[in-house]
Amino acid sequence: MSTLSLTSAFSLLLKRDLVLAYRRRAELVNPMLFFVLVTAMFPLGIGNDTKLIEAVGPGVIWVAALLAALLSLDSMFRSDYDDGSLEQFMLSAHPVSILVLAKILAHWLVTGLPLFIVAPLLAVLLNIPASAIPTLMLTLILGTPVLSLIGSVGVALTVGLRRGGVILSLLVLPLFVPVLIFATDAVKTAIVGIPTTAQLSILSAMLVGSLVLAPMATAASLRISLS
Amino acid sequence: MIIRFFHQMGSPRYFYNVAGKMIPWFMAGFLITLVLGLYNGLFVAPPDYQQGESYRIVYIHVPAAWMSMFIYVVMAVSGLISLVWRIKMTEIIVISSATVGASFTFLALATGSLWGKPMWGTWWVWDARLTSELLLLFLYLGIIALHSAIEDKRVAARAVSILALVGVVNIPIIHYSVEWWNTLHQPATITKFDKPSMDMSMLIPLLTMAISFKLYYGAVVLMRARAEIVERERNSRWVQELVEKEAK
Repeated sequence: MSTLSLTSAFSLLLKRDLVLAYRRRAELVNPMLFFVLVTAMFPLGIGNDTKLIEAVGPGVIWVAALLAALLSLDSMFRSDYDDGSLEQFMLSAHPVSILVLAKILAHWLVTGLPLFIVAPLLAVLLNIPASAIPTLMLTLILGTPVLSLIGSVGVALTVGLRRGGVILSLLVLPLFVPVLIFATDAVKTAIVGIPTTAQLSILSAMLVGSLVLAPMATAASLRISLS
Repeated sequence: MIIRFFHQMGSPRYFYNVAGKMIPWFMAGFLITLVLGLYNGLFVAPPDYQQGESYRIVYIHVPAAWMSMFIYVVMAVSGLISLVWRIKMTEIIVISSATVGASFTFLALATGSLWGKPMWGTWWVWDARLTSELLLLFLYLGIIALHSAIEDKRVAARAVSILALVGVVNIPIIHYSVEWWNTLHQPATITKFDKPSMDMSMLIPLLTMAISFKLYYGAVVLMRARAEIVERERNSRWVQELVEKEAK
């Protein structure tokens, strides 16, 4: 056990989480379904006004993605906390932040990537012009990992609480706002036809920054929650 | 010498006594500067050539907005110290500051929207600075909620410290929002390096109010810290002696 290298520990943990997720395929679809349903609610609420739907489209898709991410966050450490394997990760010889990163990556592959896949369909439903769809996809692939990374800190802080769900959204949503602002701004700019390099660069910077810092904060929070 | 000072301040009992002696000074300073600042700001300072008399809300609005950011930075720094060096007193500072900070943030938002109505013709706009200040309020509320949700107060204080550190990225965004995004909110009138674009007769009351609010924060945070110490150390001997003495 002591000879296990860090890379193989990382990939084993990633594989374990993916297998666990695959065994419960029905739950895999839920965040995606939620994403589609929330997005579909907006045109129903707003009414059949094509111009208006087109104007709010990028914002609606991103708010729905935010809510879907928030809803699925709670499951990130929940089962490991309940069966005690989280404590075993803390005891392992490898840095906890790297192991946490494997869990975040697995979580994003299971809950974030499906959103990316159905997004073009929703973009067509909301009359977003085809020229802006690649930008929407880019913002999603850059932005949703940031949501998982930032969210992991909130989950780690609340995992020991019995009713952590509401508090989790209170902690995490304000931190999601920069992603929301720059991502929707990028899509809106792309609809008008102006280059979106600036917004995409800022989103990439957020991704890199949170990739470096969030796992450390999550590891420290997990230690506090388990103490 | 300095190390000894920090060592002593790290002891709850010593802190409790020193804080008790400092509070009256902070309160006296607060009241004097408050009266001076308000009198000079509301009666002595000349009216603004564009905004007339209604600009005078600036003497509450701007110091409150400064305090909202200042207190958050204090919380993040003490959070870092308590995570790294496990000093009990800085943990207590983090949680004692949260409510005061939230109140100042709310005050800045409320006075801002009262000022916005006659000047901009609207209570609220989704402008960069207003939005980021609102986010700051939510960060404070999240910290308060997390602290009250965790039963063990030492664990809660450390969890809150991490959250304060994660949220500190918002502070530069608020500070530079009016320069990065040119929106409705006017840019800062007072900067460290330039000459302020404000007359001295208006600037001095503003700075007096800023000092006044800082002293108020000092007094309140010490009071709250003392209460928190007594609650945490309620099983220790000196607190029980203190309670017996008070009861007589």
